[in-house]
Formats: sequence, C-alpha cells, structure tokens
Amino acid sequence: MSEQALVEIRDVNFSYDQRPVLNGINMSFGKGKVIAVMGGSGCGKTTLFRLIGGALRPTRGEVRIDGKVIHDLDDKGLYEMRRKMGVLFQFGALFTDMSVFDNVAFQMREHTDLPEEIIHDLVMMKLHAVGLRGTHQLMPAELSGGMARRVALARTIALDPMLILYDEPFAGLDPISLSVVGQLIRKLNDALGTTSVVVTHDVQESLKIVDYVYFISDGVIRAEGTPDEIRASSDPFVHQFVHGEMDGPLPFHYPAAATYAQDMGVTD
Amino acid sequence: MPLIKSVRGVGHRVVDSVWRLGVASRFLALTLMQSGMSFRRFQLIVKEMFSSGVMSLIIIGVAGLFVGMVLGLQGYETLKRYGSESALGSLVALSLVRELGPVLAALLFASRAGSAMTAEIGLMKATEQVAAMEMMAVSPIARVVAPRFWAGVISMPLLAAIFSAMGVFGGYVVGVVMIGVDEGSFWSQMQASVDFREDIINGVIKSFVFGVAVTVIALFEGFDAPPTAEGVSGATTRTVVESSLAILMLDFILTAFMFRGV
Repeated sequence: MSEQALVEIRDVNFSYDQRPVLNGINMSFGKGKVIAVMGGSGCGKTTLFRLIGGALRPTRGEVRIDGKVIHDLDDKGLYEMRRKMGVLFQFGALFTDMSVFDNVAFQMREHTDLPEEIIHDLVMMKLHAVGLRGTHQLMPAELSGGMARRVALARTIALDPMLILYDEPFAGLDPISLSVVGQLIRKLNDALGTTSVVVTHDVQESLKIVDYVYFISDGVIRAEGTPDEIRASSDPFVHQFVHGEMDGPLPFHYPAAATYAQDMGVTD
Repeated sequence: MPLIKSVRGVGHRVVDSVWRLGVASRFLALTLMQSGMSFRRFQLIVKEMFSSGVMSLIIIGVAGLFVGMVLGLQGYETLKRYGSESALGSLVALSLVRELGPVLAALLFASRAGSAMTAEIGLMKATEQVAAMEMMAVSPIARVVAPRFWAGVISMPLLAAIFSAMGVFGGYVVGVVMIGVDEGSFWSQMQASVDFREDIINGVIKSFVFGVAVTVIALFEGFDAPPTAEGVSGATTRTVVESSLAILMLDFILTAFMFRGV
C-alpha cells in the first residue's frame, strides 16, 4: 500500500440482500494519479463507485479516503468529505432548471460566502477550462451530449476537489467529444493536482489517459497494471476485454438450463 | 388456501401502507427540521411559489368564477321557492368560504401543482440530479424539498381566497346582473351572515391543512418514485389520487370540529 495513497480499499465485500457483488477487493489510488476501474456491465464497478462516494456501506472491509474510513463518518463528516470530492455522473446530471452558469456556480453559492463578482470570475474560468465559456447563458436542454458532459466536468471541479470520481464519462459520446472529454480528464487532473478514478468500460480511450488500470469481473479483481502492461497482457480475460472479442472467459451465451437441441425440440 | 392467500395479501397491503405512512411522516419531520435554509434564502421559496402558486392562478380563477356562477343559479332557484332570494349573497359566500373554496382550490392545486412537483422531483431522481446534489454535500431535502413545501403551504390559502373571491363575483354576475336580485340585499346579507372568525379564519385553516397534506404527498411521492418512466408516471397518479382522498377526508374531520363542535 502506497504511503501517498489517497484512496485505500481493503478487503471490501458487498452484497445486495443475499447476492454478492464485490468479493475481497483491494485497491490503492495514489495522489495525483488517474486510475481506471474497468469491467463488463454488472461486474460491480458502479457499486465500487458508490462505496467510494460513501453512498453504500461495505458488508466487510473498509474504504479509506484521505485516511478516514468513509462509511464510519456521521452525516456531517460525510458531507465535509464530499465537499473535497467531485463526481461526474454518467450523463452529467446537470440541474435542468438552472443555466450553465448557475450549474457551475451551484456549489460555490452553497458552500462558500464568496461575493457574486468573484463567483462570476471563477465560473468563467472553469467554463473556459472546458472550452465552453460561450455557453454560460444556455440551459442544459440547449447543449449537445458532449457539451453537457463538459459543463458537468466544469461543475465537478468548481471547488478544486482532491478526488474526482467519473462514472462512465465516455458513454454515448461521438469520437471527437469522447477524445475531448478524455483529454480534459487528464489535463484537469494534472493541473489541479487531484486524484481521478474513472469507472468505465471504454478500454481504448481509458488506456490513453490513465496511469493504472483495475479490471473487475464477477466481483473480484481479475487483472491490474499500467496501460502498457494491460496491452501486453496474455491473461485471457484482459485479452478478450481489450480486443473486444465476442467469446472467451466472458461467454457469449447466457447459461441455459437445457441444451440448444432440447430447446429446439430436436431429439435423436 | 385461496382464503389464506387473500388474507395474507390484505395484511401485506396494510403493513405496507402503515410503513409508507411512517416513512412519509419521517420525511415531513426531516423537511421541517431542514427548513432553515429556505427562510434564510427566501428567494428559493418565492421561485417555487411562482411555479406552484402563480402558475395555478388561471385555473383557480376560472374554476372559482364558474363555481360561483353555478351557485348563483342553483341557489336562486332553491331560495325562490321560499321567497328568500335576497339571501343569495349569504348562500354563495358561506358555501364558498367554508367549503367549496378551500376544497375545490385544493383539489385543483393537487392536480395542477402537486402532480408537477411529483413529476419534477421524480425526473430529477431519474436523471441523477438528486444523487449529484447529495454528492456535492448539499441536502436535497433542504435545497429541493423544503422550498417547495413552504411554497405550497403559503400558496394554498392565497389560492383558496382567490377562488372564493372569484366565486362571489360569479354569483354576483349571475344573481344580480343577469337574474336581477337586489344588489343591496345581496351584499348586505352576505356581510351580515359571514363571520370573520367562524367562517373566514376556519376556511383559511382548512386551506392551510390541505396545503400541507397536498404538498407533503406530492413531494414524498416524487422523492420515493422509482427512477424510471413508469415509476414517475405511477407516482404522479398516486399524488392526485391520494391528495384528493386526503383533502375530502380532512375536510370532513375539520368541518366536524369547526362547525358542529364535535
């Protein structure tokens, strides 16, 4: 475990009712790094994301952020911790009744006593950082999917968080927007000196921008390493995932109770 | 066995209803406890009053006018049999101030503003806006629910008053202008029979209680809605049905205490 780790996940197990989702997860996210957590749909990525955000409590193990066990914090402590975190949701989750400007200014108005003139300048700086200063008067409904994601990114960095969580930041974006968002994640992370955790299943874009990758499957870590190590991996699971192969350790066919011949009524 | 199954089903529904009532009560308590910010930043309440109150003005005003006109017509026909047409003003005003104003305005408020509140919060939940707020360390109860709650509670008595005023005007138009009831007796009878404390204040209390009930139901259903299109649609329907039943039930209870001295 690195001394410089901002997030430490130790032996975390989690179940929804009796259904296990995560089993003995150990991870460490170093300060200033961009880490990707990858895996297929339903592998437990989003559950892990919610555990780091303190929205869920593990059934066993602990999640430490900046030295504090997040699920042991009371409401006040949890809110104080969340003020140091930024979260980018899958489709941005912009407040639809507020303009772009008000969305980015939201946390500043809620958590600080800054005068409006300073908030104005800060919001413009954040929007400029994502290339959308010119949209400050627009409503979220007037933005394209990629622009909405970038505005949400500006809102996420509004209070210069120490940790940014990205939930599927590349989902549903065209190739240009996808590349722009990817590069912004990297550049903003380096400029702010923050730590970023990207939960995604977009392998190619993620490998371009992250420092370290964890692969999750069936609730356990199946592989981990730097992007180069992942690309060179001979592990069948990683190979299937990175190359998008149809069949492999993750089977194409969902298990069926009967054989295909039996289901088709074909008998000898 | 089918009997046991149906009894079990009824039991399950009763337990579920009581559980939901408990959760809704806790929701109301949390809303009241986290209302401080709404009053410190009163513009949040004013903004919601515009959405729920001002935007309901047209339907409330038009409905009040027509209800008053119908009361004028029906009241005149009935009173004429007893030679008491001059009491038309009293009949219209008392019916509106005591019952029809608060009840019908609340029913219209539930359909117009209550359903909109449920749909808005349900969609905020479905599009992760509520979760985003939580992750920004901002309580959705304090920031989203409380301002809407107080906006509804403040708007409801005002809307009921406007409904009653428009109704009295409608009764005047039909009774005095169209039918020809004496204008002096219309107004003087009304003034003599409507008591400020007994009638007007009790009407205001009723509409305040209805405002609390409708707004809490609407907000709770929105907050509790499954984050799907079907879930939001079901929650909106439940808001209108539950609010309407709550208004009529509470009206009976309040009327029994206020006017019959139970």
